[in-house]
Amino acid sequence: MDSIVAEELRKRYRTVQALDGVSFAVREGEVFGLLGPNGAGKSTTVRVLTTLTRPDSGRAFVAGENVVAHPIRVRRAIGYVAQDSGVDWEATGRENLLLQGRIHGMGGKGLRVRVDELLGLVGLDEAADRPARGYSGGMKRRLDVAIGLVHRPSVLFLDEPTTGLDPEARAAMWVEVERLAAEQNLTILLTTHYLEEADHLAERVAIVSRGRIVVEGRPEELKADLRGDSVTVEIAELDGRAAEAADAVSVVEGAQETTVEAGQLRTRVPNGANAIPAILSALDARGFAVASVTSARPSLDDVYLHYTGRDFSAEDVEGGAR
Amino acid sequence: MIFQTLRHTGWMVVRQARNLMREPIWIAMMVIQPLIWLLLYGQLYSRVPGIRGNASSYKEFLLPGIVCMNAFFGGMWSGMAMISDLDRHVIDRFLASPASRVAIVLSQVVRAGMTAAMQAVLLLVIGLVLGVRVHGGVAGWLMVIAASALLAMVFAGFSHGIALLLRREASMIATANFIGLPLMFLSTILLTATIMPVWIQHVSRFNPVNWGVVAARNAVVVGGEWWTSGQFLLFLIAAATVTTAFATWSFRAYQRSI
Repeated sequence: MDSIVAEELRKRYRTVQALDGVSFAVREGEVFGLLGPNGAGKSTTVRVLTTLTRPDSGRAFVAGENVVAHPIRVRRAIGYVAQDSGVDWEATGRENLLLQGRIHGMGGKGLRVRVDELLGLVGLDEAADRPARGYSGGMKRRLDVAIGLVHRPSVLFLDEPTTGLDPEARAAMWVEVERLAAEQNLTILLTTHYLEEADHLAERVAIVSRGRIVVEGRPEELKADLRGDSVTVEIAELDGRAAEAADAVSVVEGAQETTVEAGQLRTRVPNGANAIPAILSALDARGFAVASVTSARPSLDDVYLHYTGRDFSAEDVEGGAR
Repeated sequence: MIFQTLRHTGWMVVRQARNLMREPIWIAMMVIQPLIWLLLYGQLYSRVPGIRGNASSYKEFLLPGIVCMNAFFGGMWSGMAMISDLDRHVIDRFLASPASRVAIVLSQVVRAGMTAAMQAVLLLVIGLVLGVRVHGGVAGWLMVIAASALLAMVFAGFSHGIALLLRREASMIATANFIGLPLMFLSTILLTATIMPVWIQHVSRFNPVNWGVVAARNAVVVGGEWWTSGQFLLFLIAAATVTTAFATWSFRAYQRSI
Protein backbone atom coordinates (compact mmCIF):
# COMPACT_ATOMS: atom_id res chain seq x y z
CA MET A 1 0.00 0.00 0.00
CA ASP A 2 1.16 3.54 -0.66
CA SER A 3 1.45 5.84 2.34
CA ILE A 4 1.97 8.96 0.29
CA VAL A 5 0.58 9.64 -3.14
CA ALA A 6 1.09 12.92 -4.98
CA GLU A 7 -0.65 13.42 -8.31
CA GLU A 8 0.21 16.32 -10.59
CA LEU A 9 0.63 18.84 -7.78
CA ARG A 10 0.91 22.43 -8.88
CA LYS A 11 1.42 25.50 -6.75
CA ARG A 12 2.29 29.02 -7.72
CA TYR A 13 3.60 31.75 -5.44
CA ARG A 14 3.14 35.07 -7.20
CA THR A 15 5.78 34.92 -9.92
CA VAL A 16 7.28 31.55 -9.06
CA GLN A 17 5.85 28.23 -10.21
CA ALA A 18 7.02 26.31 -7.14
CA LEU A 19 5.39 23.02 -8.15
CA ASP A 20 4.84 22.25 -11.79
CA GLY A 21 3.16 18.85 -11.79
CA VAL A 22 4.81 16.80 -9.05
CA SER A 23 3.78 13.13 -8.94
CA PHE A 24 5.23 10.29 -6.90
CA ALA A 25 4.23 7.56 -4.52
CA VAL A 26 5.85 6.29 -1.35
CA ARG A 27 5.22 2.75 -0.13
CA GLU A 28 4.38 2.02 3.47
CA GLY A 29 7.47 1.63 5.64
CA GLU A 30 9.75 3.09 3.02
CA VAL A 31 12.34 5.85 3.37
CA PHE A 32 11.87 8.07 0.37
CA GLY A 33 14.16 10.95 -0.45
CA LEU A 34 13.23 14.09 -2.34
CA LEU A 35 16.52 15.39 -3.64
CA GLY A 36 17.12 18.73 -5.24
CA PRO A 37 18.78 22.09 -4.81
CA ASN A 38 17.23 24.93 -2.81
CA GLY A 39 14.24 26.30 -4.66
CA ALA A 40 13.51 23.10 -6.56
CA GLY A 41 10.13 22.65 -4.84
CA LYS A 42 10.91 20.09 -2.15
CA SER A 43 9.70 22.13 0.79
CA THR A 44 6.58 23.24 -1.06
CA THR A 45 5.80 19.59 -1.78
CA VAL A 46 6.16 18.80 1.91
CA ARG A 47 4.01 21.79 2.88
CA VAL A 48 1.25 20.52 0.63
CA LEU A 49 1.51 16.98 2.00
CA THR A 50 1.48 18.20 5.62
CA THR A 51 -1.65 20.34 4.94
CA LEU A 52 0.20 23.61 5.62
CA THR A 53 -0.64 24.88 2.17
CA ARG A 54 -3.17 23.94 -0.47
CA PRO A 55 -2.10 22.99 -3.97
CA ASP A 56 -3.53 25.05 -6.85
CA SER A 57 -4.33 21.80 -8.59
CA GLY A 58 -3.57 18.11 -8.32
CA ARG A 59 -4.36 15.65 -5.57
CA ALA A 60 -2.44 14.18 -2.68
CA PHE A 61 -3.12 11.42 -0.20
CA VAL A 62 -1.24 10.80 3.02
CA ALA A 63 -1.98 7.74 5.13
CA GLY A 64 -4.95 7.14 2.84
CA GLU A 65 -6.53 10.55 3.43
CA ASN A 66 -6.93 13.39 0.98
CA VAL A 67 -4.86 16.33 2.22
CA VAL A 68 -7.28 18.95 0.94
CA ALA A 69 -10.57 17.26 1.84
CA HIS A 70 -9.55 15.83 5.24
CA PRO A 71 -6.62 17.84 6.54
CA ILE A 72 -7.38 17.05 10.19
CA ARG A 73 -7.22 13.30 9.59
CA VAL A 74 -3.91 13.78 7.82
CA ARG A 75 -2.53 15.89 10.68
CA ARG A 76 -3.39 13.16 13.17
CA ALA A 77 -1.45 10.61 11.17
CA ILE A 78 1.72 12.55 10.44
CA GLY A 79 4.78 13.83 12.20
CA TYR A 80 6.39 16.89 10.68
CA VAL A 81 9.94 18.05 11.24
CA ALA A 82 10.11 21.32 9.34
CA GLN A 83 13.13 22.76 7.64
CA ASP A 84 13.21 25.41 10.35
CA SER A 85 13.09 24.12 13.89
CA GLY A 86 9.69 24.55 15.54
CA VAL A 87 11.06 24.25 19.07
CA ASP A 88 9.63 26.65 21.64
CA TRP A 89 12.87 28.09 23.02
CA GLU A 90 11.53 29.23 26.36
CA ALA A 91 10.00 25.86 27.18
CA THR A 92 12.05 22.85 28.26
CA GLY A 93 12.47 19.85 26.00
CA ARG A 94 10.01 17.93 28.12
CA GLU A 95 7.42 20.71 28.03
CA ASN A 96 7.71 20.94 24.26
CA LEU A 97 6.98 17.23 24.00
CA LEU A 98 4.15 17.24 26.55
CA LEU A 99 2.33 20.05 24.75
CA GLN A 100 2.65 18.34 21.39
CA GLY A 101 1.33 15.11 22.89
CA ARG A 102 -1.64 16.91 24.44
CA ILE A 103 -2.46 18.56 21.12
CA HIS A 104 -2.60 15.06 19.69
CA GLY A 105 -5.08 14.04 22.37
CA MET A 106 -2.66 12.13 24.58
CA GLY A 107 -2.43 12.62 28.31
CA GLY A 108 -1.82 11.17 31.73
CA LYS A 109 0.71 8.49 32.47
CA GLY A 110 0.76 7.23 28.90
CA LEU A 111 2.02 10.59 27.65
CA ARG A 112 4.58 10.98 30.43
CA VAL A 113 6.01 7.54 29.73
CA ARG A 114 6.12 8.22 25.99
CA VAL A 115 7.90 11.54 26.54
CA ASP A 116 10.50 9.92 28.80
CA GLU A 117 11.03 7.22 26.22
CA LEU A 118 11.53 9.74 23.41
CA LEU A 119 13.87 11.92 25.44
CA GLY A 120 16.02 8.86 26.03
CA LEU A 121 15.79 7.83 22.40
CA VAL A 122 17.11 11.14 21.06
CA GLY A 123 19.65 11.50 23.85
CA LEU A 124 18.10 14.47 25.59
CA ASP A 125 17.32 12.89 28.97
CA GLU A 126 19.92 15.01 30.76
CA ALA A 127 18.80 18.26 29.13
CA ALA A 128 15.09 17.43 29.33
CA ASP A 129 14.25 19.94 32.03
CA ARG A 130 16.34 22.84 30.77
CA PRO A 131 14.80 25.51 28.52
CA ALA A 132 15.53 24.70 24.88
CA ARG A 133 17.07 28.15 24.46
CA GLY A 134 20.32 26.66 25.78
CA TYR A 135 20.34 23.67 23.43
CA SER A 136 22.86 23.33 20.62
CA GLY A 137 21.63 23.24 17.02
CA GLY A 138 21.91 19.45 16.96
CA MET A 139 19.99 19.10 20.22
CA LYS A 140 17.18 21.35 18.98
CA ARG A 141 16.99 19.30 15.81
CA ARG A 142 16.79 16.04 17.74
CA LEU A 143 14.06 17.57 19.89
CA ASP A 144 12.23 18.48 16.66
CA VAL A 145 12.37 14.85 15.60
CA ALA A 146 11.08 13.74 18.99
CA ILE A 147 8.24 16.29 18.75
CA GLY A 148 7.33 14.81 15.37
CA LEU A 149 7.18 11.34 16.88
CA VAL A 150 5.27 11.87 20.15
CA HIS A 151 1.95 10.55 18.87
CA ARG A 152 3.48 7.57 17.02
CA PRO A 153 2.68 8.84 13.52
CA SER A 154 2.56 6.44 10.61
CA VAL A 155 4.19 8.94 8.25
CA LEU A 156 7.10 11.16 9.20
CA PHE A 157 8.20 14.17 7.15
CA LEU A 158 11.78 15.28 7.62
CA ASP A 159 12.35 18.48 5.71
CA GLU A 160 16.10 19.08 5.42
CA PRO A 161 16.82 17.50 8.78
CA THR A 162 20.57 18.13 8.67
CA THR A 163 20.80 21.55 7.04
CA GLY A 164 22.80 23.89 9.23
CA LEU A 165 24.20 21.15 11.43
CA ASP A 166 27.91 20.62 11.97
CA PRO A 167 29.35 17.32 10.64
CA GLU A 168 29.18 15.63 14.01
CA ALA A 169 25.55 16.55 14.60
CA ARG A 170 24.74 15.52 11.06
CA ALA A 171 26.27 12.08 11.60
CA ALA A 172 24.19 11.75 14.78
CA MET A 173 21.05 12.70 12.82
CA TRP A 174 21.83 10.07 10.18
CA VAL A 175 22.06 7.42 12.88
CA GLU A 176 18.74 8.69 14.21
CA VAL A 177 17.03 8.45 10.83
CA GLU A 178 18.48 4.99 10.20
CA ARG A 179 17.11 3.84 13.52
CA LEU A 180 13.67 5.22 12.65
CA ALA A 181 13.86 3.63 9.22
CA ALA A 182 14.29 0.25 10.86
CA GLU A 183 11.00 0.68 12.69
CA GLN A 184 8.09 -1.24 11.32
CA ASN A 185 5.40 0.62 9.42
CA LEU A 186 6.92 4.08 9.73
CA THR A 187 7.04 5.76 6.34
CA ILE A 188 9.61 8.53 6.09
CA LEU A 189 9.71 11.24 3.49
CA LEU A 190 13.05 13.00 3.66
CA THR A 191 14.07 16.05 1.70
CA THR A 192 17.66 17.04 1.32
CA HIS A 193 19.95 18.98 -0.91
CA TYR A 194 22.88 16.80 0.09
CA LEU A 195 23.37 14.12 -2.52
CA GLU A 196 25.31 11.88 -0.19
CA GLU A 197 22.54 12.14 2.38
CA ALA A 198 19.91 10.88 -0.04
CA ASP A 199 22.32 8.19 -1.21
CA HIS A 200 23.00 7.08 2.34
CA LEU A 201 19.53 7.22 3.90
CA ALA A 202 16.87 6.81 1.24
CA GLU A 203 15.73 3.52 -0.21
CA ARG A 204 14.32 5.38 -3.17
CA VAL A 205 14.94 8.93 -4.30
CA ALA A 206 13.17 11.32 -6.60
CA ILE A 207 15.21 14.12 -8.09
CA VAL A 208 13.32 17.40 -8.09
CA SER A 209 14.24 20.20 -10.42
CA ARG A 210 12.24 23.38 -11.04
CA GLY A 211 9.00 22.10 -9.60
CA ARG A 212 9.09 18.74 -11.37
CA ILE A 213 10.34 15.27 -10.63
CA VAL A 214 12.84 14.37 -13.30
CA VAL A 215 13.68 10.84 -12.27
CA GLU A 216 12.83 8.41 -9.52
CA GLY A 217 14.33 5.14 -8.38
CA ARG A 218 16.75 3.38 -6.04
CA PRO A 219 20.04 5.27 -5.79
CA GLU A 220 22.03 2.26 -6.98
CA GLU A 221 19.68 1.74 -9.94
CA LEU A 222 19.93 5.36 -10.92
CA LYS A 223 23.68 5.19 -10.81
CA ALA A 224 23.79 1.88 -12.65
CA ASP A 225 21.62 3.34 -15.38
CA LEU A 226 24.44 5.72 -16.18
CA ARG A 227 26.79 3.18 -17.64
CA GLY A 228 30.38 4.31 -17.56
CA ASP A 229 32.62 6.40 -15.36
CA SER A 230 32.78 10.04 -14.55
CA VAL A 231 36.12 11.73 -15.23
CA THR A 232 37.00 14.99 -13.51
CA VAL A 233 39.91 17.06 -14.78
CA GLU A 234 41.21 20.07 -12.94
CA ILE A 235 42.58 22.62 -15.35
CA ALA A 236 45.00 25.30 -14.22
CA GLU A 237 44.51 28.80 -15.63
CA LEU A 238 41.34 28.18 -17.56
CA ASP A 239 40.85 31.95 -18.08
CA GLY A 240 37.46 31.98 -19.77
CA ARG A 241 38.35 29.22 -22.20
CA ALA A 242 35.77 26.86 -20.72
CA ALA A 243 33.91 26.33 -23.96
CA GLU A 244 37.12 25.57 -25.79
CA ALA A 245 38.11 22.98 -23.18
CA ALA A 246 34.73 21.27 -23.47
CA ASP A 247 35.05 21.35 -27.21
CA ALA A 248 38.51 19.76 -27.06
CA VAL A 249 37.24 16.85 -24.99
CA SER A 250 34.19 16.27 -27.18
CA VAL A 251 36.39 14.61 -29.82
CA VAL A 252 37.30 11.82 -27.37
CA GLU A 253 35.40 8.69 -28.24
CA GLY A 254 32.35 8.06 -26.02
CA ALA A 255 32.70 11.28 -24.03
CA GLN A 256 29.36 12.86 -23.20
CA GLU A 257 27.72 15.32 -20.84
CA THR A 258 30.86 17.39 -20.64
CA THR A 259 30.64 20.40 -18.36
CA VAL A 260 33.21 22.91 -17.22
CA GLU A 261 32.56 24.59 -13.91
CA ALA A 262 34.97 26.59 -11.74
CA GLY A 263 38.16 25.20 -13.26
CA GLN A 264 36.81 21.65 -13.29
CA LEU A 265 35.98 19.74 -16.40
CA ARG A 266 33.70 16.76 -16.01
CA THR A 267 32.71 14.23 -18.55
CA ARG A 268 31.29 10.74 -18.70
CA VAL A 269 32.96 7.96 -20.64
CA PRO A 270 32.33 4.21 -20.99
CA ASN A 271 35.65 3.37 -19.32
CA GLY A 272 37.64 5.93 -17.36
CA ALA A 273 41.02 4.20 -17.45
CA ASN A 274 40.94 3.86 -21.23
CA ALA A 275 39.71 7.35 -21.94
CA ILE A 276 42.00 9.38 -19.68
CA PRO A 277 45.07 9.37 -22.01
CA ALA A 278 42.91 10.55 -24.92
CA ILE A 279 41.31 13.29 -22.80
CA LEU A 280 44.69 14.49 -21.58
CA SER A 281 46.22 14.60 -25.05
CA ALA A 282 43.17 16.41 -26.46
CA LEU A 283 43.50 19.07 -23.76
CA ASP A 284 47.26 19.24 -24.19
CA ALA A 285 46.89 19.77 -27.95
CA ARG A 286 44.90 22.97 -27.23
CA GLY A 287 47.45 24.14 -24.68
CA PHE A 288 45.54 23.46 -21.44
CA ALA A 289 47.62 22.70 -18.32
CA VAL A 290 46.06 19.82 -16.42
CA ALA A 291 46.51 19.96 -12.65
CA SER A 292 44.87 16.66 -11.75
CA VAL A 293 42.60 14.03 -13.15
CA THR A 294 40.32 11.52 -11.43
CA SER A 295 37.98 8.83 -12.62
CA ALA A 296 35.08 7.54 -10.52
CA ARG A 297 32.01 5.38 -10.70
CA PRO A 298 28.91 7.51 -11.25
CA SER A 299 27.55 9.34 -8.21
CA LEU A 300 24.08 10.77 -7.63
CA ASP A 301 25.69 14.03 -8.70
CA ASP A 302 26.18 12.51 -12.15
CA VAL A 303 22.62 11.21 -12.11
CA TYR A 304 21.45 14.71 -11.38
CA LEU A 305 23.54 16.15 -14.18
CA HIS A 306 22.36 13.48 -16.56
CA TYR A 307 18.66 14.09 -15.98
CA THR A 308 18.59 17.84 -15.56
CA GLY A 309 21.45 18.82 -17.82
CA ARG A 310 22.69 21.01 -15.02
CA ASP A 311 25.39 20.65 -12.46
CA PHE A 312 23.93 20.13 -9.01
CA SER A 313 26.20 22.51 -7.13
CA ALA A 314 25.80 25.21 -9.77
CA GLU A 315 22.01 25.00 -9.57
CA ASP A 316 22.04 25.34 -5.82
CA VAL A 317 23.57 28.79 -6.07
CA GLU A 318 20.75 30.01 -8.27
CA GLY A 319 18.28 29.70 -5.41
CA GLY A 320 14.74 30.72 -6.23
CA ALA A 321 11.55 29.86 -4.41
CA ARG A 322 11.63 27.46 -1.52
CA MET B 1 -15.22 20.70 18.86
CA ILE B 2 -15.78 23.59 21.25
CA PHE B 3 -14.36 21.60 24.15
CA GLN B 4 -11.31 20.77 22.11
CA THR B 5 -10.84 24.46 21.29
CA LEU B 6 -11.10 25.35 24.97
CA ARG B 7 -8.71 22.55 25.99
CA HIS B 8 -6.15 23.59 23.40
CA THR B 9 -6.57 27.24 24.43
CA GLY B 10 -5.92 26.25 28.03
CA TRP B 11 -2.69 24.42 27.21
CA MET B 12 -1.45 27.22 25.06
CA VAL B 13 -2.20 29.79 27.75
CA VAL B 14 -0.21 27.63 30.15
CA ARG B 15 2.66 27.51 27.68
CA GLN B 16 2.76 31.29 27.25
CA ALA B 17 2.28 32.10 30.91
CA ARG B 18 5.02 29.65 31.89
CA ASN B 19 7.38 31.06 29.28
CA LEU B 20 6.77 34.59 30.58
CA MET B 21 7.34 33.46 34.16
CA ARG B 22 10.82 32.39 33.09
CA GLU B 23 11.72 35.97 32.20
CA PRO B 24 12.78 37.64 35.45
CA ILE B 25 13.07 41.03 33.71
CA TRP B 26 9.52 40.69 32.40
CA ILE B 27 8.17 39.93 35.87
CA ALA B 28 10.09 42.84 37.36
CA MET B 29 8.88 45.23 34.67
CA MET B 30 5.34 44.01 35.09
CA VAL B 31 5.43 45.35 38.68
CA ILE B 32 7.85 48.26 38.37
CA GLN B 33 6.51 49.94 35.25
CA PRO B 34 2.96 50.67 36.46
CA LEU B 35 4.40 51.66 39.82
CA ILE B 36 6.68 54.21 38.16
CA TRP B 37 3.77 55.57 36.15
CA LEU B 38 1.69 55.85 39.27
CA LEU B 39 4.38 57.64 41.26
CA LEU B 40 5.67 59.78 38.40
CA TYR B 41 2.34 60.99 37.04
CA GLY B 42 1.04 61.23 40.61
CA GLN B 43 3.77 63.77 41.38
CA LEU B 44 3.78 65.48 37.99
CA TYR B 45 0.11 66.44 37.87
CA SER B 46 -0.81 66.46 41.55
CA ARG B 47 -1.03 70.28 41.77
CA VAL B 48 -2.97 70.86 38.56
CA PRO B 49 -6.29 72.37 39.69
CA GLY B 50 -9.48 70.53 38.83
CA ILE B 51 -7.60 67.55 37.34
CA ARG B 52 -8.98 64.92 39.72
CA GLY B 53 -12.72 65.55 39.33
CA ASN B 54 -14.51 64.47 42.47
CA ALA B 55 -11.80 62.13 43.72
CA SER B 56 -10.44 62.85 47.19
CA SER B 57 -6.84 62.86 45.97
CA TYR B 58 -5.04 62.71 42.65
CA LYS B 59 -3.60 59.31 43.68
CA GLU B 60 -7.12 58.01 44.04
CA PHE B 61 -8.09 59.49 40.69
CA LEU B 62 -4.98 58.19 38.95
CA LEU B 63 -4.87 54.61 40.25
CA PRO B 64 -7.75 53.21 38.13
CA GLY B 65 -6.37 55.19 35.17
CA ILE B 66 -2.94 53.59 35.54
CA VAL B 67 -4.52 50.14 35.87
CA CYS B 68 -6.23 50.69 32.51
CA MET B 69 -3.24 52.31 30.84
CA ASN B 70 -1.15 49.36 31.86
CA ALA B 71 -3.75 46.90 30.58
CA PHE B 72 -4.10 48.72 27.30
CA PHE B 73 -0.37 49.00 26.65
CA GLY B 74 0.11 45.39 27.71
CA GLY B 75 -2.51 44.29 25.19
CA MET B 76 -1.16 46.57 22.50
CA TRP B 77 2.32 45.06 22.75
CA SER B 78 1.20 41.45 23.23
CA GLY B 79 1.39 40.73 19.49
CA MET B 80 5.17 40.65 19.82
CA ALA B 81 4.77 37.16 21.29
CA MET B 82 3.04 36.06 18.09
CA ILE B 83 5.84 37.46 15.96
CA SER B 84 8.38 35.59 18.02
CA ASP B 85 6.35 32.36 17.63
CA LEU B 86 6.12 32.97 13.88
CA ASP B 87 9.86 33.64 13.62
CA ARG B 88 10.68 30.47 15.53
CA HIS B 89 8.21 28.45 13.42
CA VAL B 90 6.31 27.28 16.48
CA ILE B 91 3.12 28.33 14.70
CA ASP B 92 3.94 26.22 11.63
CA ARG B 93 4.59 23.29 13.90
CA PHE B 94 1.12 23.73 15.44
CA LEU B 95 -0.43 24.09 11.99
CA ALA B 96 0.86 20.71 10.88
CA SER B 97 -0.74 19.18 14.00
CA PRO B 98 -4.42 18.88 14.94
CA ALA B 99 -4.06 21.98 17.17
CA SER B 100 -7.18 24.13 17.14
CA ARG B 101 -6.56 27.14 14.88
CA VAL B 102 -8.81 29.34 16.98
CA ALA B 103 -6.94 28.32 20.13
CA ILE B 104 -3.62 29.51 18.70
CA VAL B 105 -4.99 33.06 18.50
CA LEU B 106 -7.46 32.97 21.37
CA SER B 107 -4.85 31.74 23.85
CA GLN B 108 -2.74 34.84 23.20
CA VAL B 109 -5.70 37.12 23.85
CA VAL B 110 -6.69 35.25 27.00
CA ARG B 111 -3.12 35.34 28.23
CA ALA B 112 -3.01 39.12 27.78
CA GLY B 113 -6.28 39.45 29.73
CA MET B 114 -4.99 37.27 32.57
CA THR B 115 -1.77 39.23 32.81
CA ALA B 116 -3.70 42.50 32.99
CA ALA B 117 -6.01 41.08 35.67
CA MET B 118 -3.01 40.08 37.77
CA GLN B 119 -1.45 43.48 37.35
CA ALA B 120 -4.73 45.12 38.34
CA VAL B 121 -4.76 43.18 41.61
CA LEU B 122 -1.15 44.12 42.21
CA LEU B 123 -1.80 47.79 41.58
CA LEU B 124 -4.86 47.82 43.81
CA VAL B 125 -2.75 46.34 46.60
CA ILE B 126 -0.06 48.96 46.03
CA GLY B 127 -2.86 51.53 46.08
CA LEU B 128 -3.93 50.25 49.51
CA VAL B 129 -0.39 50.76 50.75
CA LEU B 130 -0.43 54.31 49.34
CA GLY B 131 -3.74 54.93 51.06
CA VAL B 132 -6.13 54.62 48.13
CA ARG B 133 -9.36 52.94 49.14
CA VAL B 134 -11.65 51.27 46.62
CA HIS B 135 -15.04 52.76 47.46
CA GLY B 136 -16.91 50.00 45.65
CA GLY B 137 -15.58 47.33 48.04
CA VAL B 138 -15.31 43.77 46.75
CA ALA B 139 -17.56 44.56 43.79
CA GLY B 140 -15.32 47.52 43.04
CA TRP B 141 -12.22 45.32 43.01
CA LEU B 142 -13.92 42.90 40.65
CA MET B 143 -15.01 45.77 38.40
CA VAL B 144 -11.45 47.13 38.16
CA ILE B 145 -10.05 43.67 37.47
CA ALA B 146 -12.70 42.98 34.81
CA ALA B 147 -12.17 46.35 33.12
CA SER B 148 -8.42 45.79 33.07
CA ALA B 149 -8.67 42.25 31.67
CA LEU B 150 -11.20 43.19 28.99
CA LEU B 151 -9.27 46.26 27.92
CA ALA B 152 -6.12 44.18 27.52
CA MET B 153 -8.07 41.63 25.47
CA VAL B 154 -9.53 44.30 23.17
CA PHE B 155 -6.05 45.53 22.30
CA ALA B 156 -4.45 42.09 22.32
CA GLY B 157 -6.89 41.02 19.61
CA PHE B 158 -6.03 44.13 17.62
CA SER B 159 -2.31 43.71 18.23
CA HIS B 160 -2.33 40.07 17.12
CA GLY B 161 -4.33 40.93 14.03
CA ILE B 162 -1.69 43.49 13.10
CA ALA B 163 1.18 41.17 14.05
CA LEU B 164 -0.16 38.44 11.79
CA LEU B 165 -0.55 40.84 8.89
CA LEU B 166 2.80 42.61 9.24
CA ARG B 167 4.87 39.74 10.70
CA ARG B 168 7.79 42.06 11.43
CA GLU B 169 8.88 43.35 14.80
CA ALA B 170 9.84 46.78 13.52
CA SER B 171 6.46 47.32 11.82
CA MET B 172 4.72 46.11 14.96
CA ILE B 173 6.61 48.56 17.17
CA ALA B 174 5.82 51.44 14.82
CA THR B 175 2.11 50.58 14.77
CA ALA B 176 1.87 50.16 18.54
CA ASN B 177 3.52 53.53 19.10
CA PHE B 178 1.46 55.23 16.44
CA ILE B 179 -1.81 54.07 17.97
CA GLY B 180 -0.91 53.75 21.63
CA LEU B 181 -0.02 57.28 22.71
CA PRO B 182 -2.92 59.10 20.99
CA LEU B 183 -5.43 56.68 22.51
CA MET B 184 -3.93 57.31 25.90
CA PHE B 185 -4.18 61.10 25.62
CA LEU B 186 -7.67 60.89 24.12
CA SER B 187 -8.85 59.33 27.36
CA THR B 188 -9.36 60.37 30.95
CA ILE B 189 -6.44 58.30 32.22
CA LEU B 190 -4.56 61.36 33.47
CA LEU B 191 -7.18 64.08 33.82
CA THR B 192 -10.91 64.37 34.29
CA ALA B 193 -13.13 65.03 31.27
CA THR B 194 -14.39 68.42 32.39
CA ILE B 195 -11.01 70.12 31.95
CA MET B 196 -10.42 68.62 28.49
CA PRO B 197 -11.14 70.48 25.24
CA VAL B 198 -14.69 69.73 24.17
CA TRP B 199 -13.70 67.84 21.01
CA ILE B 200 -11.47 65.50 23.02
CA GLN B 201 -14.36 64.91 25.40
CA HIS B 202 -16.44 63.82 22.42
CA VAL B 203 -13.74 61.66 20.89
CA SER B 204 -12.96 59.99 24.21
CA ARG B 205 -16.49 58.60 24.37
CA PHE B 206 -15.65 56.34 21.44
CA ASN B 207 -12.27 55.36 22.79
CA PRO B 208 -12.34 51.84 24.25
CA VAL B 209 -9.53 52.83 26.58
CA ASN B 210 -11.86 55.35 28.12
CA TRP B 211 -14.66 52.81 28.55
CA GLY B 212 -12.35 50.83 30.78
CA VAL B 213 -11.10 53.92 32.62
CA VAL B 214 -14.61 55.16 33.42
CA ALA B 215 -15.74 51.75 34.63
CA ALA B 216 -12.67 51.30 36.82
CA ARG B 217 -12.80 54.86 38.15
CA ASN B 218 -16.47 54.60 39.06
CA ALA B 219 -15.58 51.54 41.11
CA VAL B 220 -12.66 53.18 42.91
CA VAL B 221 -13.72 56.82 43.32
CA VAL B 222 -17.51 56.67 43.39
CA GLY B 223 -18.29 53.16 44.51
CA GLY B 224 -21.44 53.30 42.43
CA GLU B 225 -22.82 53.99 38.96
CA TRP B 226 -22.77 50.23 38.43
CA TRP B 227 -25.23 50.41 35.57
CA THR B 228 -23.03 52.77 33.53
CA SER B 229 -19.93 50.73 34.32
CA GLY B 230 -21.71 47.53 33.38
CA GLN B 231 -22.61 49.01 30.02
CA PHE B 232 -19.00 49.90 29.39
CA LEU B 233 -17.95 46.37 30.26
CA LEU B 234 -20.43 45.10 27.68
CA PHE B 235 -18.96 47.50 25.12
CA LEU B 236 -15.52 46.15 25.96
CA ILE B 237 -16.71 42.57 25.56
CA ALA B 238 -18.16 43.47 22.16
CA ALA B 239 -14.94 45.23 21.15
CA ALA B 240 -12.81 42.29 22.31
CA THR B 241 -14.98 39.96 20.25
CA VAL B 242 -14.49 42.14 17.19
CA THR B 243 -10.71 42.46 17.56
CA THR B 244 -10.31 38.75 18.29
CA ALA B 245 -12.33 38.00 15.17
CA PHE B 246 -9.98 40.34 13.29
CA ALA B 247 -6.96 38.43 14.68
CA THR B 248 -8.50 35.13 13.61
CA TRP B 249 -9.11 36.53 10.15
CA SER B 250 -5.47 37.70 9.98
CA PHE B 251 -4.39 34.25 11.04
CA ARG B 252 -6.25 32.77 8.08
CA ALA B 253 -4.54 35.31 5.83
CA TYR B 254 -1.21 34.12 7.24
CA GLN B 255 -2.17 30.49 6.61
CA ARG B 256 -3.01 31.29 3.02
CA SER B 257 0.34 33.00 2.53
CA ILE B 258 2.50 29.98 3.43
